[in-house]
Amino acid sequence: MTRTYSALSLFKEGLAGQTGWQPAWRSPEPKPSYDAIVIGGGGHGLATAYYLARNHNISRVAVLEKGWIGGGNTGRNTTVVRSNYYYPESVELYGLAHRLYEGLSKDLNYNVMLSQRGMVNVCHSTAEMEVGARTVNAMQINGIDAELFSPDDVRRVAPIYNFSANARFPVFGGVWQGRAGTARHDAVAWGYARAASRLGVDIIQNCEITDFMIEGGRCRGVQTSRGAIRAERIGMAVAGHSSHLAAKAGFRLPINSYALQACVSEPVKPILDTVLSSPANGVYVSQSDKGEIVIGGGLDRIPSYAQRGNLPTLEGVIAGLLEMFPIFGQLKLMRQWAGIVDVVPDSSPIIGESPLPNLFLNCGWGTGGFKAIPAGGTLLAQLLATGKHNDISRPFDLDRFATGRLIDEAAGSGIAH
Amino acid sequence: MQLFPCPFCGPRDESEFHYGGHAGNARPDGAGMPAEGWAGYLYLRPNPKGTAREIWVHMNCGEFFVMERDTVSHTVLSVTTLGGEHAA
Ligand SMILES: Cc1cc2nc3c(=O)[nH]c(=O)nc-3n(C[C@H](O)[C@H](O)[C@H](O)COP(=O)(O)OP(=O)(O)OC[C@H]3O[C@@H](n4cnc5c(N)ncnc54)[C@H](O)[C@@H]3O)c2cc1C
Ligand SMILES: [Zn+2]
Repeated sequence: MTRTYSALSLFKEGLAGQTGWQPAWRSPEPKPSYDAIVIGGGGHGLATAYYLARNHNISRVAVLEKGWIGGGNTGRNTTVVRSNYYYPESVELYGLAHRLYEGLSKDLNYNVMLSQRGMVNVCHSTAEMEVGARTVNAMQINGIDAELFSPDDVRRVAPIYNFSANARFPVFGGVWQGRAGTARHDAVAWGYARAASRLGVDIIQNCEITDFMIEGGRCRGVQTSRGAIRAERIGMAVAGHSSHLAAKAGFRLPINSYALQACVSEPVKPILDTVLSSPANGVYVSQSDKGEIVIGGGLDRIPSYAQRGNLPTLEGVIAGLLEMFPIFGQLKLMRQWAGIVDVVPDSSPIIGESPLPNLFLNCGWGTGGFKAIPAGGTLLAQLLATGKHNDISRPFDLDRFATGRLIDEAAGSGIAH
Repeated sequence: MQLFPCPFCGPRDESEFHYGGHAGNARPDGAGMPAEGWAGYLYLRPNPKGTAREIWVHMNCGEFFVMERDTVSHTVLSVTTLGGEHAA
């Protein structure tokens, strides 16, 4: 039986006719009770379960997923991993995630295909260049790699960009993060699931949470489509469905759910070896390892739980794409889809205990939580294991909305919400 | 392109409209209101999956109105002017 993935095991399995491979994770029946339950089998939920077992030795843990693992935003996102944020609190959080990503394939014994190909945010005016310089300064002071690009630098990393004199938004320069890049989204979900399962975590799919068991004012378990399951510590990482479950637990969250769309072209030969974002055009692009051009943009402006996306937003994104890369006019679009993202007024996540004791939150990642999965998992695991915040998660507690200590990354790092 | 019914102009393209928040979020009486109360008014949202009552504005004519909508199917259930008059 082959348990560890390596070049050697691949070779041996080749000789043995591929007969020794095991399913990557077990699919047991749910037990009536656990030490901890994690609701939601996206990247954040699976990572939480893994770090509970690995960092805190708590492995009587179940991940309960209503569909299939990675079927939410984790498997729908455009996989950009970066840490070019503005405020020190965000730098700590996304910096932790970025560092963990750099060692993740080894840590999980699963290739998450992290490709640190760099990312450039293009600036299109003198004013945008000034904001770009401020961002670069802030990042450098906070110890994150960043560089202010001239138009020639942008041309060097993206020669196919539209540099013509009559471009709708001419290139003035850009903000570069060399350590940014992409990773394989499914591999992140599957790698965490496999590693967690090997440490004893039960991964239970097709198991929808329909209600909470509340006894003596505390959360004591959940009702699911596969029966009642008890635990004294419950973590919830359900992204766009956070408000929907919060209502069942008796509280409201500072979240609006919106559809965020993306699309990919047919695969083509390598032509773009960096991630490029143009906020003025409302578009960001990369090329996948398979050769597809991966295209993303801003939110649909209509609150929604439909994982579908509306046409006007898609049309705007494609118009911007063709302005940025006229050469892409020849591409055929292959797929379009949407995920329901959890948008918070200050564009920062919510990590901490909920108003219902024993129930802990990891949500509010909005359009940008893929890059944060290793940190979100580490921090929720610590909360579930100890009941206490890590210094890194403390500022992201729900209480910031009453104290007024918002971490407004929409204004700080120019997130397109 | 979905059509939304403006109570003043009738059916128009969705891109002419702007979402303004959930209906019935009245500003609380400020005197003695604790920070948590303000946070509720400013930030906490019902964000329902299913039927929602929302404030929208038709940017072309400037009409603010209440739209009842299904957030899963995107079906419009009703629109009401903020003056209370029914239309569409
Ligand atoms: C189009 C698009 C592009 C994006 N691009 C990027 C990007 O480039 N970089 C980046 O960093 N981020 C990006 N994001 C954001 C990122 O995908 C998310 O922030 C991140 O994946 C959230 O992970 P999660 O584990 O919290 O949520 P999810 O992966 O959505 O997982 C939540 C899970 O909870 C389950 N669930 C919901 N309700 C219940 C219930 N009642 N019972 C049981 N289970 C339930 C769902 O089925 C789902 O599997 C993008 C998102 C989208 C939609
Ligand atoms: Zn009108």
